[in-house]
Amino acid sequence: MAEHESQQRETQQHETHLRDQRGPYFGEYGGRYMPEALIAAVDEIAAAYEEAKNDPVFQNELATLHREYTGRPSIITEVPRFAAHAGGARIILKREDLNHTGSHKINNVLGQALLTKRLGKTRVIAETGAGQHGVATATAAALFGLECTIYMGEVDTQRQALNVARMRLLGAEVVSVKTGSRTLKDAINEAYREWVTTVETTNYVFGTAAGPHPFPVMVRDFQKIIGEEARQQVLDRTGRLPDAVAACVGGGSNAIGIFHAFLDDAGVKLYGFEAAGDGVDTPRHAAAIGKGRPGILHGARSYLLQDEDGQTQESHSISAGLDYPGVGPEHSWLADIHRAEYRPITDTQAMDALRLLSRTEGIIPAIESAHALAGALDLARELGPEGIVLVNLSGRGDKDVATAGRWFDLFDEGAVQA
Amino acid sequence: MKARSVGEVLDERIARGEGSLVGYLPAGFPDLQTGIDAAVALAENGVDAIELGVPYSDPVMDGLVIQQATQKALANGFRLRDLFTAVEAVRSRVDVPVLVMTYWNPVVQFGVDRFADALADAGGCGLITPDITPDSAADWIATSDRTGLDRVFLAAPTSTDERLREIAQATRGFVYAVSTMGITGLRQDLDAAARGLVSRLRDAGAERTCVGIGVSNADQVSQVLEYADGAIVGTALVKSLADDGVAGLARTARALADGK
Repeated sequence: MAEHESQQRETQQHETHLRDQRGPYFGEYGGRYMPEALIAAVDEIAAAYEEAKNDPVFQNELATLHREYTGRPSIITEVPRFAAHAGGARIILKREDLNHTGSHKINNVLGQALLTKRLGKTRVIAETGAGQHGVATATAAALFGLECTIYMGEVDTQRQALNVARMRLLGAEVVSVKTGSRTLKDAINEAYREWVTTVETTNYVFGTAAGPHPFPVMVRDFQKIIGEEARQQVLDRTGRLPDAVAACVGGGSNAIGIFHAFLDDAGVKLYGFEAAGDGVDTPRHAAAIGKGRPGILHGARSYLLQDEDGQTQESHSISAGLDYPGVGPEHSWLADIHRAEYRPITDTQAMDALRLLSRTEGIIPAIESAHALAGALDLARELGPEGIVLVNLSGRGDKDVATAGRWFDLFDEGAVQA
Repeated sequence: MKARSVGEVLDERIARGEGSLVGYLPAGFPDLQTGIDAAVALAENGVDAIELGVPYSDPVMDGLVIQQATQKALANGFRLRDLFTAVEAVRSRVDVPVLVMTYWNPVVQFGVDRFADALADAGGCGLITPDITPDSAADWIATSDRTGLDRVFLAAPTSTDERLREIAQATRGFVYAVSTMGITGLRQDLDAAARGLVSRLRDAGAERTCVGIGVSNADQVSQVLEYADGAIVGTALVKSLADDGVAGLARTARALADGK
């Protein structure tokens, strides 16, 4: 009880300013640990963003795109047949899967693409894991007439082949990265190398709320619309705020996007679900906060999977979008001050939740988002029938059908597999 | 043997009207002992200061040749403690300054103070830190002030004059001028940007400047030394060691030194 009270006091002390964090540091996390050759570019983005943020023309343009291109506001959907498997608490999904391009990634990309135009640059590059951020960037590039190159680990180009084809169909060049672990972290390394070389004409559209300042703050700001909409929608629907908000966490952009509006609502608990792969007691997982320790990767200090010497360890997850050994610095800070709790979800738990939502509600979620759904089932059980859990359904599962088909043995023998 | 600072060594050559050749090799490549022999061969063939690179899992400033070499060193079991073994072994055989070039996280995880003390004990003269800038390096600046180690920061053609002044002020040893906007690797033409950057660095108060990234043959060394205090060669040496072993590396180093 005493501990609970002291935690409450701590939360109350932060109450007025949790939502106002502007970087470059969140507590001891974040910063801008970058090669000097990229400092000018990062400074340029930071300055342009500060200006754009307060420019009604920019904000109107972005709002129009959200409304007329992405299809915002995204709806919320209550899922009683799914929730019935977890003791009857109400579970409400924020449907970012219904956005144009099929995930929350478009929210950030449209903002950064507008910024690219403002900077007068003609080309964008981006990293991608699951391919969702790559598809969103390729889409925005097509819309704005920008050249586009996407860096994707070779392992991911294989498990997300459909998204590779989508990006190429949209006119983007897709570079398969064959160095290191050949996944998301190596795609980011390669995108940095390319950026150093072409920074004069090229803007790096970073996909998650990580990396050097100003990316964690800027990406969060572009994603916080998720939580702002959802908070009001849940209030309108239920007459009160949810007891818990759940999201999956890789780099953490969809999670910070839905958390942000609730940060100062002390009664709303926030839960991030990290990919536990084969289990956090095996070497094959991606639970940076759960099992890592603070270190510096890709420009920021944050929790990180690393060995004793500070060499980054390879992460593992069935979900390409969560297969990253680091995490955004604001999440590391929220974990340390106990404002959000981060829990692991294994591949098996996530895939079971994916199938359950598909069968009970007719919604096939992305494997990434299925981690949040699996976590929400546990939260619903803990809260009991009076509870309300809001889940960020960050993406749809079309891209994952081949993986699910193999996992659940859904293909006919001899059939051509996607 | 007490390490001379890289600044002293550069100054001796400057006093004689000569520029310096700085050579990079990764520690532990292809294995620890061969890497040590290779660094010694550099010193015996006209290289004035050695940069030993710390193999790292995420080398965002390195091109494919150095990536492949450092990944091989890691695959062969390179550990951070081996770095100090290598520095000590090289320093016991040749009297040239040995700087360690390292991405920042390994230093942070080892402990900045502990790393600096181990490096000084091994006879190393300081660090080159490619992925941090003076404004993010307060702890390293404090530690290097305490230990007297050299600290080499990088400057780029895109750096503002104000940043060049900060870099020049924070640096001890020499400023590492990034010749062109890019990562390590071989290039046919050295960017004219290098000449401009070195001149801007002098105006910003830099005591000594060496130019690196893309310097790969004697002609380029000679060109660079027309306006800079040193030329830094990495990829060409690593490639030579990878392809032709220590003997081939020695030939390449000698040929590069002819450009001085």
